[in-house]
Amino acid sequence: MATLEIKDLHVSVNTDETAKEILKGVDLTIKSGETHAIMGPNGSGKSTLSYAIAGHPKYEVTSGSVLLDGEDVLEMSVDERARAGLFLAMQYPVEVPGVSMSNFLRTAATAVRGEAPNLRHWVKEVKGAMADLDIDPAFAERSVNEGFSGGEKKRHEILQLGLLKPKIAILDETDSGLDVDALRVVSEGVNRYKASGDAGIMLITHYTRILKYIQPDFVHVFANGRIVESGGRELADVLEAEGYVKYGKQEAASTS
Amino acid sequence: MAVTTHDQQHGLTAHSHGAGAPSAPVSSRADHFTSFDVNAFEVPGGREEIWRFTPMKRLANLHNGAEATAAAKIDVNAPEGVKVETAAKGDERLGTAGTPGDRIAAQAWTSFTEATVVTLPKDTKVGPTTVTVTGPGKGEVAYGHLHVKAERFAEAVVVVDHRGSGAYADNVEFVVEDGAHLTVVAIQDWADDAVHVSSHHAKLGRDATLKHTVITLGGDLVRLTPVVTYTGRGGDAELLGLYFADAGQHLEHRTFVDHAVSNCRSNVVYKGALQGDGAHTVWIGDVLIRAVAEGTETFELNRNLVLTDGARADSVPNLEIETGEIEGAGHASATGRFDDEQLFYLQARGIPEEQARRLVVRGFFHEILLKIDVPEVRERLEAAIEAELEAVGA
Ligand SMILES: Nc1ncnc2c1ncn2[C@@H]1O[C@H](COP(=O)(O)OP(=O)(O)OP(=O)(O)O)[C@@H](O)[C@H]1O
Ligand SMILES: [Mg+2]
Repeated sequence: MATLEIKDLHVSVNTDETAKEILKGVDLTIKSGETHAIMGPNGSGKSTLSYAIAGHPKYEVTSGSVLLDGEDVLEMSVDERARAGLFLAMQYPVEVPGVSMSNFLRTAATAVRGEAPNLRHWVKEVKGAMADLDIDPAFAERSVNEGFSGGEKKRHEILQLGLLKPKIAILDETDSGLDVDALRVVSEGVNRYKASGDAGIMLITHYTRILKYIQPDFVHVFANGRIVESGGRELADVLEAEGYVKYGKQEAASTS
Repeated sequence: MAVTTHDQQHGLTAHSHGAGAPSAPVSSRADHFTSFDVNAFEVPGGREEIWRFTPMKRLANLHNGAEATAAAKIDVNAPEGVKVETAAKGDERLGTAGTPGDRIAAQAWTSFTEATVVTLPKDTKVGPTTVTVTGPGKGEVAYGHLHVKAERFAEAVVVVDHRGSGAYADNVEFVVEDGAHLTVVAIQDWADDAVHVSSHHAKLGRDATLKHTVITLGGDLVRLTPVVTYTGRGGDAELLGLYFADAGQHLEHRTFVDHAVSNCRSNVVYKGALQGDGAHTVWIGDVLIRAVAEGTETFELNRNLVLTDGARADSVPNLEIETGEIEGAGHASATGRFDDEQLFYLQARGIPEEQARRLVVRGFFHEILLKIDVPEVRERLEAAIEAELEAVGA
């Protein structure tokens, strides 16, 4: 049982000269077993929220707090946060030339699990996890994300999710750039992770289509750097029908 | 964000990428002066084009008539079938692969007393030959000459391993005869005080293949000038370089590939990392495709990874094309800060910062290390890179 508590979080982004406030007081609590969908128009600060929680150096928390099971996440380094049980599937996964996927996965698993996984079991585990996500085994020898298509990158984010089994997972637009088949495969991966234990999920998305595969317990509308409305599944249906107009944006939330 | 990749000065002479466009070089590499006579070169002051990046004061006067005070120690470890000789000045084999292109190379030609000649037998595949060059010692000056010849259809590996102290200038020749495959690994792993100025002259015959790898890690000042020429069609030269400069080190590599024969190939890939105050690296990549060199295929790339503040990488690719009938030509150069995004990504997966940094730097060099097909050398280099990273606690 884990709890991620975000309280009155204010975050600025540090550009070359100026700092610009993006998050203007975010309050959100996610417990294991719960799936929270965060929906909002482009530029509303969804990725900023996920980066701030993960500890990206460009984003500065100016006030508020983030606690994981009562521990101050903001005091931890990026890697400490990951080892404490936080995971961020990124909207734009980073390419790391010259580092093979297999070396990367093993190094990450070793760090998160606190010991090197037994080699034979590990090879089997990775193979199985890759097969589940329809990932060609040849990817293991390729450099991390290098030259991967958008969809391939997203599959690999979910591969890591399944292998690292965090307490709380933040999925930032994992659905974007996926075709229908890939969306299904990736959603199944998220659902397997969910089913495998006490997982808490923050599912960031712009569109409602992924919610047909992954059932949210809560839906939050994110606009202008904060959560402006919260509800159940039905709120997604309202967004599907009405878009974000009500929140000051002429944008559709549906896929059509 | 993070990577401030910028294409640095695109060569000092005008050049064209595409086929056909006439280039109007300010000073063409074709006019580059060469001579065996040291007095034919003026003593450089440092403003000259080919010296402008080099800290002349740290050259131990190699450019200004420094007399030899000692000799470097040369040990050759060769498998059976490889002929190793010493040759006196005047031996007609010497100087056949190329002519000195700067005053220090001409000085080395004038001042060496005994050359080492390694002959790799024709139609034979032999294991690695190692030439270990130990510097003359702190405060001493020495000149040398090494001549390596791969006979017709020979297949061989030569490792030239430089270590020790002192100032050393030399010419190194590689004659790669028709159909021969020669792999060269030149390692500059000098002590902190060492000054090494070296000209490599490679001459490739018809269908000859040269894989020339330069690894520069140690030394106060290292300046290496590999020059490749072709005498027959089908020549194929791959020039690889890896360098790692620490605080105060000046590591300079100046490659020149002279395509004066049709249907030859060249590929130049140099990668460097820099860390610490005053670490300075220079890469000048000249490629000249002369009018007669139709069907040439060439590419060159230089990448630098700046790990800390206070380090500086200069990178100047310079491609001159005098014919429209080429297969392909291109170049790329980029100098970037350490990529914070990569670091963040790895750390976000639980990997501690220090380990993440090493992964990224190792990954950066991976492309080159992968191509070093002498396992002992590769392992040693991997260890050396690890040690470099540990030194700053990166
Ligand atoms: N590194 C950065 N440098 C400058 N501005 C930034 C940076 N990161 C975010 N911003 C700005 O902050 C605002 C919020 O961006 P963010 O990426 O968090 O939005 P988002 O809700 O994830 O949008 P999208 O739906 O397009 O992914 C935008 O105006 C964006 O331009
Ligand atoms: Mg976003």
